[in-house]
Amino acid sequence: MNNIIGVIFITLGLAFDLIGCLGLFRFPDVYNRLQASTKCVTFGTCNILFGTFLVLGFNAAGIKCLLALIFLLFSSPTSSHALARAAHKSGEKLCEGSVGNEYK
Amino acid sequence: MRSKLILFIVGFIIWCLLRFPVDAQHIFIGIIVAAFVTLLLGDLFTNRPAQFFKVQRYLWFLYLMPVFIWECFKANLDIARYIISPNLSLKPGIIKVKTSLKTDIGLTYLANIITLTRGAITVDLDKEESCLYLHCIEVGDKKEIITAAVNKFENLIKKIFE
Repeated sequence: MNNIIGVIFITLGLAFDLIGCLGLFRFPDVYNRLQASTKCVTFGTCNILFGTFLVLGFNAAGIKCLLALIFLLFSSPTSSHALARAAHKSGEKLCEGSVGNEYK
Repeated sequence: MRSKLILFIVGFIIWCLLRFPVDAQHIFIGIIVAAFVTLLLGDLFTNRPAQFFKVQRYLWFLYLMPVFIWECFKANLDIARYIISPNLSLKPGIIKVKTSLKTDIGLTYLANIITLTRGAITVDLDKEESCLYLHCIEVGDKKEIITAAVNKFENLIKKIFE
C-alpha cells in the first residue's frame, strides 16, 4: 500500500518538475522564470522525496529523505529571493507588458 | 547560555536523524560535533530562548503546515495552467505589500511562505517600514487576493514566531 502511494507521489513530483522546466523556457524574463522554477521545482522535488520516504519507510535512507525535504523547503525560497534581488540590483528590467513597478 | 543549550539539543537531534539507527559510537561523535558547533555559533542561534518552551506555538505550527501545503498545491496548479496554456498572456509587475510583522525571523518566514504560494515571489523587503516587494505573475485583479493571502499567513506567523 505504502509502495503504491509513494509511486503516486513520485509521479506527481516528476510531472511538476517537468512543468517547472518548461516554464524556464516559456516565460519571458528572469523574474517570471524564477517563479516557475522556484514553485514548481520545490513542490515537485518535495513530492519526490516524500514519495521515496514512503517507499523506503523508517530506515537510514528514508529519514535522510525527510531531512533533505526540510532543508530544501528552507533553502529554495531563500536562494530565489537572493537571485531576484541581485537581478533587480544589476538593472534587469521587467519584461514587456508589465504593469507597474512599485520597487524604487 | 540557554540559547547554547537549545542549539546543542537541536544539533544533536539532527545528527541522530542523519545517522538514523544510532548506537553508542554515533552518540559519542554526535555529542562532540554538537558541542563544537555550539561553541562556535551558540549565541547567534536565538535571541529569545523563552519562546522555545511555549506549547501553543507548536500547536499553531501543526495548524500552519496543512494550510501551507494546500496553498502551495493550489499555487502550483495555477502556475502550471499559465505554463501549459498555448498563448502566454502575462501581466507581471512588482507590488508593495505592508505587513505588521517586526522581527527578523517573522519577516523571513513570511517571505519564504509567500515565495512558495500564490503567484508571487519576494524581491526585497524593507525592515524599517516592514513592507514586502512582491513580483506577481498577474497583477491586475490579483492584488487583492495576494494581499489577503499575505494577511492570512501574517496572522498565523505572528502567533508562531513573535
